[in-house]
Amino acid sequence: MSQASKTEPARPALTPVAILAGFAVLLGFQLAGETLVVATRLVLPSFAFPGPVAGMLLLLGFLVLRKTLDASTNAVSTGLIGVLSLLFVPSAVGVIQYGGVLVDWGGPLLLAVVLSTLATLLVTVFTFLWIAKLTGKQSS
Amino acid sequence: MSGISTIWVYLNTSPLLWLAVTIAAFLIAHVVGKKLGGSPLANSVLIAGAIIITLLLVSGTPYTTYFEGAQFVHFLLGPATVALAVPLFKNLDKVKPVLLPMAGALVAGSLTAIGSAVAIVAAFGAPAEIIASIAPKSTSAPIAMELARSLGGVPSLAAVLVILTGITGAVIVTPLMNALRIRNFAARGFAVGVASHGIGTARAFQVNDVAGAFAGIAMALNGALTSLLVLVWSLLLG
Repeated sequence: MSQASKTEPARPALTPVAILAGFAVLLGFQLAGETLVVATRLVLPSFAFPGPVAGMLLLLGFLVLRKTLDASTNAVSTGLIGVLSLLFVPSAVGVIQYGGVLVDWGGPLLLAVVLSTLATLLVTVFTFLWIAKLTGKQSS
Repeated sequence: MSGISTIWVYLNTSPLLWLAVTIAAFLIAHVVGKKLGGSPLANSVLIAGAIIITLLLVSGTPYTTYFEGAQFVHFLLGPATVALAVPLFKNLDKVKPVLLPMAGALVAGSLTAIGSAVAIVAAFGAPAEIIASIAPKSTSAPIAMELARSLGGVPSLAAVLVILTGITGAVIVTPLMNALRIRNFAARGFAVGVASHGIGTARAFQVNDVAGAFAGIAMALNGALTSLLVLVWSLLLG
């Protein structure tokens, strides 16, 4: 590897228009998901489901039916997921807005959050491994 | 002095300052996280959040002013969630053989997440609105706020508990799984997705692409199942 190869992309970079197209695919499926959730609420008013997750399931269904993934959707998705933690920072900072609500029950609530998260991780991972062993299938 | 305050007033009313601070704090958190390496507290959401909260408190800036700038980052959560379909599609051959373990783990994990949290706060004699607010803590924020409201809880408290649950899971999952010597990244990712929604999923992607794909699907499935359980619960309560 020469010094020059560090600055040159290994494969041709996407054109700006291709990046926009990748974004358009994601926004389009988010819009479809949000619309589907709002439409479901007309029938079931207490139905709570995030629109973006519905959009994710719709995009997955679309990819499975189409059997291919175009380079622009792939590149934009991989990029966004690469900085997924950043996207949660504004919500995390939002904790200061509601710090007061923790005053009276802060201790028990924090204890419940930590113990329940630990219990959930353990129960989920061991149930997964146990059933995988029973059915004789492993994924690594 | 008045010159500096004029500049501050300008910056504080423009979304640019806090958008830049959000990204800068995340970059600092990323570098600090790499330096701390194996430390469980080296979580970028936790470190960046702490830096920004400190700055807001020191400067006396309200969250609404901060969010004027941060909303541009926050908005990308929607398309990023849709984007989770991509790693899932790429790892579909790993998902298909473990549909049964996923289904079992989902039901067991979801019931544990709701049941254990409710049981602990109830044991302390917490009122019904507190119990209703913690019940959906392992789902993503919008869904938990909606579910808390429908159960008679406090949506804002539910949102705080969701964030704390996300950070807790993201911080403990890797040391916990390593200590237990669990090397099945599908199972590890699935567990953190059920327990700690998107923040856990973001952590899983930092560790392993397969873990990330499984965390993403676990987050989606747990959101759907928790909604269903709460819907049944609220129908039973009348």
